[in-house]
Amino acid sequence: MQVLYGRHHVRVFRFGLRLVRDEQIAEDLISEVFLDVWRQAGKFEGRSAVSTWLLAITRFKALSALRRRKDAELDDEAANAIEDSSDDPEMAVTKKDTGAVLRKCLTALSAEHREIVDLVYYHEKSVEEVAGIVGIPENTVKTRLFYARKKLAELLKAAGVQRGWP
Amino acid sequence: MMALSRKMLEQEPGDIEALLPWYAAGTLNAREARRVEEALARDSELAKQYAVIREEYAETIGLNETLGAPSARAMQKLFAAIDAEPERHPTVLFSLSSRISDFFAGLSPRTLAWSASLGALALVLQAGVIGAVLVKNQGATYQTASLSMNEPSLTRNLAGDAATPPRALVRFAPDAKIADINALLDNYHASIVDAKGGMFRLQFGDRAMSKDEVSGLLSRLQGEKIVNLAVAAQ
Repeated sequence: MQVLYGRHHVRVFRFGLRLVRDEQIAEDLISEVFLDVWRQAGKFEGRSAVSTWLLAITRFKALSALRRRKDAELDDEAANAIEDSSDDPEMAVTKKDTGAVLRKCLTALSAEHREIVDLVYYHEKSVEEVAGIVGIPENTVKTRLFYARKKLAELLKAAGVQRGWP
Repeated sequence: MMALSRKMLEQEPGDIEALLPWYAAGTLNAREARRVEEALARDSELAKQYAVIREEYAETIGLNETLGAPSARAMQKLFAAIDAEPERHPTVLFSLSSRISDFFAGLSPRTLAWSASLGALALVLQAGVIGAVLVKNQGATYQTASLSMNEPSLTRNLAGDAATPPRALVRFAPDAKIADINALLDNYHASIVDAKGGMFRLQFGDRAMSKDEVSGLLSRLQGEKIVNLAVAAQ
């Protein structure tokens, strides 16, 4: 278990943190995830990578934790994340700042869009693996990421960044 | 109704277009990757969109890498809970063979190829070093650019971080040769700490650097022909 924890806990924590946006909850999540793994090791079928299995459990637990929080609170958070950038007097975005604005907009995406962006770009999961983790068909995985990217482009445009797509 | 359908169709991504993010992440199979490569070569609009995706890809990695790691509290809580569990025999999941197969299954084909090549190189280097030690009987120190099987244990020890040499996550160009990578590692006094999903975690030198120095180092790295992506990492 120590080997498994040592190898995967940082990525599990970061995936959970991006979903629940609360370090305390994310830390509680990883304890719960690995405890579940300890209890249910016999159920692991070995058809997918362990990391994919861990991320699927993390997602399930993160969504349960999110359900326990008030929706309004989450909506405010997302709105604030976007408003902050438009209130910034330094709105003339230089090339150097584009990365920072992009990161801010990545944070402002909905939980559904954040998870798919992270799974593909950061956790480097294939279409099939993402479909397994999120529980949706492979074609939906592709279109969901496409729309997440479109939303990202809209947020960037609102923040004064034009990238030539879409 | 017809107009609506057409609008919906226009909003749907094309087959190849939908695969671009996975192409950027290096997680497509060889056949799909070749299809995307060919499409990118003949379609400038697609190539423009791909450039945008690479930016998103790099910033998503950068953003996640800034999230830090959980405190020791999470681990203590977990192992206290496990200690309180009834005794069990961990034979199913954690057998040696399943650990090994999981490790290799977790690597992308590209990483696997690099790992094999670097592993072979490390063996040759280590053989040379052992030979030299036997002949000269000297206590020389040597560090190979070998891969670690374990994820580095990251903590929030800020005092420790201050003295840690800088690290970066680097993705090499698919056509980069082993000799080129070795030359780059030599030029930057870098060693490979670990690799996952086509990304290599490199450590530079043996001393901590200022923010400006790290920024300059990353810019130089990003400018290297054989480097597709370089972002600061822990």
